Amino acid sequence: MADLFIRGATLQGRTVDVLVEGGVVLDVLAHDPARCIEAAQVRDAAGLVLLPSLVDVHVHLREPGLEYKETIATGLTAAAHGGFGRICCMANTKPVNDAGAVTAFMLGQAKKSHPNGPWLHPIGALTMGLKGQDMAPLAELAEAGCVAFSNDGLPVLDSERFRRAMEYAADLGKMVIDHCEDPFLAPGTGVNESALTARMGLKGQPSVGEAAQVARDVLLAGYLKLPVHIAHVSCREAVELIAWAKAKGVDVTAETCPHYLCYTQDAVRGYNTLAKVSPPLRGEDDRLALIQAVNEGVIDFLATDHAPHAMHEKEHPFEEAPNGISWLDTALAKCWELVRAGVIGEERFVMAASTGPGERFGLGVNRFRPGDPADIVLFDPDAVWTVTPEALHSKGKNALCLGETLRGRVVAHYLAGVAVI
Amino acid sequence: MQHDTARSWRHKDLLDISQLSLEDVLLILDTADYFQEINTRPTKKVPTLKGRSVVLFFAEPSTRTKTSFDVAGKRLSADTFSLAKSGSSLQKGESLKDTALTLQAMRPDAIVIRHEQNGAAEFMANRLECSVINAGDGRHAHPTQALLDAYTLREHWGMMAGKTLCILGDIAHSRVARSNVILLNLMGVNVRLCGPRTLMPYGVETWPVTVYDRVEDAVAGVDAVMCLRLQLERQQAGLLPDLREYAARYCLTAGRLALANAHAQVLHPGPINRGLEIAADVADAPESCILDQVAAGVAVRMALLFLHLTRKG
Ligand SMILES: [Zn+2]
Repeated sequence: MADLFIRGATLQGRTVDVLVEGGVVLDVLAHDPARCIEAAQVRDAAGLVLLPSLVDVHVHLREPGLEYKETIATGLTAAAHGGFGRICCMANTKPVNDAGAVTAFMLGQAKKSHPNGPWLHPIGALTMGLKGQDMAPLAELAEAGCVAFSNDGLPVLDSERFRRAMEYAADLGKMVIDHCEDPFLAPGTGVNESALTARMGLKGQPSVGEAAQVARDVLLAGYLKLPVHIAHVSCREAVELIAWAKAKGVDVTAETCPHYLCYTQDAVRGYNTLAKVSPPLRGEDDRLALIQAVNEGVIDFLATDHAPHAMHEKEHPFEEAPNGISWLDTALAKCWELVRAGVIGEERFVMAASTGPGERFGLGVNRFRPGDPADIVLFDPDAVWTVTPEALHSKGKNALCLGETLRGRVVAHYLAGVAVI
Repeated sequence: MQHDTARSWRHKDLLDISQLSLEDVLLILDTADYFQEINTRPTKKVPTLKGRSVVLFFAEPSTRTKTSFDVAGKRLSADTFSLAKSGSSLQKGESLKDTALTLQAMRPDAIVIRHEQNGAAEFMANRLECSVINAGDGRHAHPTQALLDAYTLREHWGMMAGKTLCILGDIAHSRVARSNVILLNLMGVNVRLCGPRTLMPYGVETWPVTVYDRVEDAVAGVDAVMCLRLQLERQQAGLLPDLREYAARYCLTAGRLALANAHAQVLHPGPINRGLEIAADVADAPESCILDQVAAGVAVRMALLFLHLTRKG
């Protein structure tokens, strides 16, 4: 007897029945209304979209140290409801995840609150304390369970040190993820340098400050013949450099985030601190370049850069408010607007938000082939809901789409065949 | 007349010039005209705002703007209260939101705010029921300064439309420049900007101005020059080589002013750095309107307090 039988769900335009047994996909069959299979659990999924659980390689959970913003437990609950089966958390906690004991603590917290997933995959610090100087004990971190290394939030400016960290990580078979930003050229002001910000009196981050470091990274990766992953790409110049590097055969992947695809710098009007994020929201030309890059595979993945903050921290004058947007609850519904509108193809979306990053980072991948892990989302594309603080499971109520009415919601989520919501 | 004008004032707050129509601006300037006349009387006080309370919240030091508002309020018989950053709970790290809530609980009729954060006045206005008047927020806006500048120019020029004015100096970091560009443009004045490129705002080509890099070209044939105060730390920030070179290239000297139209006015929001952005003899010359600006400041701020505090609904 099968464990789970999902009837009549829509998988990229086809109506299918899915059989799950022993935590893996047993079979995916063309839907047959007459089919009757004995299963411990039968789920009628007519009208629901069948997706593999999403994989987010870039989130910030605030535990240890800043649990008032988010805990590992609340982050994973938000992930479960948002359709994410695996999330990779960055190292900028307090203390920084630059020691195996911190990694072990994070994994312990995750296991305690969510034994059946979503699964947490810590990303270790690249340098001690994220200071950009001494290399963190990457082997110890890898052994403790880190899946990649990054100085996210605080770019490594010293190119020699970045090179050596790439080399050392390569020995461990792990990827280095770079937050690209020249802090001299582009201090993290959370807003794009533009005529609008000049008018508002705000100091902006020019896009070339991001692109300059992307250029360095892809040149290094090409020279060393080592892989590199570029975090949260936000501008056209960076896209063009990545495309150039890929054409040259450099082993580079890149991610962008829902906010860069769905919003522009106009969102900061009225000093809206919910739109304050680093790298910042850019212009419409950048947004269109990113959408095209996602479609063409120049941008490989979608990651959220989920960055929860307490609302009292966002309720400050613009320059005093922290950077970051809370996304785990809302990212799928928001990105589905692009899929529904045909801006991004569904197949490409699934590749970018699930199978692609899962493969690149050596995590579980579900392509709905027999034997794949049964990490499955049932998504109701027509469920209408309003984004209110109460509707979010994340402690971070700082959703950019707060107040918006979204269409689409996760109605069931299975990990290794076990329901997690 | 006064009652009619008050009735037609529709703004709860004054946050930025861009919220005003030309009609609004003319109403402010005409109302200021009336108060300017009161300010020349032996008894300079009228009971118009008796019993009203105005809080002067200056989180950033500015003696002259604060005194100007204080005098304006007192001449209208309003009670003015000062809340400075030092000595208040703000020093202990109170957030602006908590300051807003505290002020709200005191139920003032208006708050005049000066703050180093861009958007601070709007932040307060969104949280307070009383009128909020922006007395300068970050590099964003300084609407009352722009209005008093326009008042001063109108006194000298009569008609504004078709005149040409050059703003000289650090435009990028100047809320005075931002507000003046919008207001003077609204009034039909041709605005020129001049300063080194490092002190020009990003995207200035989208502004309704003409940009010059040589002072001599910029002031040629203008009807007024507005000098901006140069903050000495611009050199440390790597925006200028040194102040001597700045003065040599951009200081408004008598020789340069001679290239402007005869009797061109000279304005400066103060406090001035003599010999740096403006030569001492130019600051003291008959063309200098710097003290007229101070007088206009009181009248314009009286007009603004009057319009906001007697508005209906
Ligand atoms: Zn991040």
